[in-house]
Amino acid sequence: MTGDTAADGPLPAAARQWLARRRQDAGLRPYVVYIAAAFIFGLFAVILRDDGFLTASNLLNIGRQAAPIAVMAVGMTFALASAEIDLSVGSVTALSSLVAAEMVGDYGFAAGAAAALAVGAVIGLVNGVITVKVRIPSFLVTLGMLGIVSGIARNMNNLQSLPIRNDAFLAVFGGGSLGPVSSLLIWTVVVGLAGHLVLHQLRWGRHVLSAGADRSAAAALGINTARIRITALMTSAAAASFAGVLLAGRLAIGRHDLGENLLLTVIAAVVIGGTNLFGGRASVAGAVVGSVVMAMLNNGLILMGLRVADQLIARGVIIILAVALSMREQKET
Amino acid sequence: MTSAATADRAALEVSGLSKSFKAVQALDDVAMDLRYGRVTALLGDNGAGKSTLVKCISGVYSPDSGVMRINGAERAVPSPEVARSLGIETVHQTLAVIDPLDVVENLFLNREHTRGGRIGAWLGVLDKKRMRSESREILGRLDIRIPSLRRSMSALSGGQRQAVAIGRAAAWGQQIVLLDEPAAALGVEQAARVLDLIRSLRDAGVAVLLITHNMDRVTEVCDRAVVLRQGRKIADVDVGSVTKDDLVAYITGARTGDIA
Repeated sequence: MTGDTAADGPLPAAARQWLARRRQDAGLRPYVVYIAAAFIFGLFAVILRDDGFLTASNLLNIGRQAAPIAVMAVGMTFALASAEIDLSVGSVTALSSLVAAEMVGDYGFAAGAAAALAVGAVIGLVNGVITVKVRIPSFLVTLGMLGIVSGIARNMNNLQSLPIRNDAFLAVFGGGSLGPVSSLLIWTVVVGLAGHLVLHQLRWGRHVLSAGADRSAAAALGINTARIRITALMTSAAAASFAGVLLAGRLAIGRHDLGENLLLTVIAAVVIGGTNLFGGRASVAGAVVGSVVMAMLNNGLILMGLRVADQLIARGVIIILAVALSMREQKET
Repeated sequence: MTSAATADRAALEVSGLSKSFKAVQALDDVAMDLRYGRVTALLGDNGAGKSTLVKCISGVYSPDSGVMRINGAERAVPSPEVARSLGIETVHQTLAVIDPLDVVENLFLNREHTRGGRIGAWLGVLDKKRMRSESREILGRLDIRIPSLRRSMSALSGGQRQAVAIGRAAAWGQQIVLLDEPAAALGVEQAARVLDLIRSLRDAGVAVLLITHNMDRVTEVCDRAVVLRQGRKIADVDVGSVTKDDLVAYITGARTGDIA
């Protein structure tokens, strides 16, 4: 590679080149989320020092809260990268927790998880096919699907929670741990790593990004953009289903509203993480860290003693601010 | 220059090609051919149907009627993927480069090498190393200079983006390369580079179609000129037998009829 090789200056040449390349490519935008995470962590560590923010059990709690958000966020990253959006994810998470709870009792823990994932994949397929073939924007299709799936989940067990008594399921997907590492953390890392590799190392990941960046250019090069958009929406719904499995495992129940209110949190996590809301730029690692940021915010607001109503308001304001900041960056670059 | 075996044989023949968009007849019964080792100019005013013709050949649009023959065999080109598999590469006016991807990824987009055997191929595990070294070779062979192959396209200048798009077409277009205004946004030196590239494609026996508004380029590099006007072919001439003024007269409609 030839690069500029000016010799003098306070920074080593390699560092300056790296910075120059960052600035020319995507700006420092991809790193904002890490700075934000460190800043918020530091802030809460100081002002919530006496409220137990830094205790091991609280940090573990943040991790547990972040896990389903992160899993959903990884899936949502692919939907957004393809220039689609999936508003049905929260409802899919809830329905999947019920499906898993229902199936686990009769067919064992693997069947429970598989059935939940299959439900998600099918919902994503329907979302994708309607979006692509009927040419309705995905935000409308998935908004409709959100209602449909929420309704189905409410009908499924008459608003009652469904207990899960399968120890294997609860250990693998919820409270269990491998040595000192909780299984939720392991699943989050596995899903995040898999998503990162798929985005960067597999042809499909590059095609998702291409279709989202410039659909007609991708099509002109022979990429089947319809298939790509459908599979991207299937990915986000399947990830939401897996988040439902994790929530069910953690709480040992399936319920019609598990994860239902996570939609906005997930979108905020993904966008703060550096993914463009309108396609063509995506970061799986950023989405995972963004999820941790959102979980920390949630946790901090609770520890501050805000009432639920005030938490809602504060979270809404923070999300709008954060997304506005990251969108402004994206328009500039 | 051109190898005697392939030169002047028809690579692509279209006949009776028509395409309309609602009330607008964009192409009306157009017939033309492209020959191996020859550069054909496609001329016409804005809206004459040049880009529509290119998009019909490259599978972006499906024509309402007409027949396409490639190497003498009748072929349907229902999609860009089919066109590319038949050896037809296109540089569209919009370039069709993907901004967030880097130079290597753009050169190999939808033509990626995979590693890891059959499973790797099924999963689509990218062989980035191989693609990077082949990219270096492709760009070197075409004398295209890009500061870094790992740069994303959005960090490149207009000329560099165009060079990558043309390089991609040249690299994969084994038979037929269609260029829709490839030098429109370029400076003098870069435009000259593009003309060199077209000549080397021609010398390699590739059939080239060049859309341009620049008559100098036509006389410099093209063997034949096809002129469209309001969707119809109104001239099909040897560039050597006409003047630039003649070509302009065809384009503006001041002269019609010479179909050689």
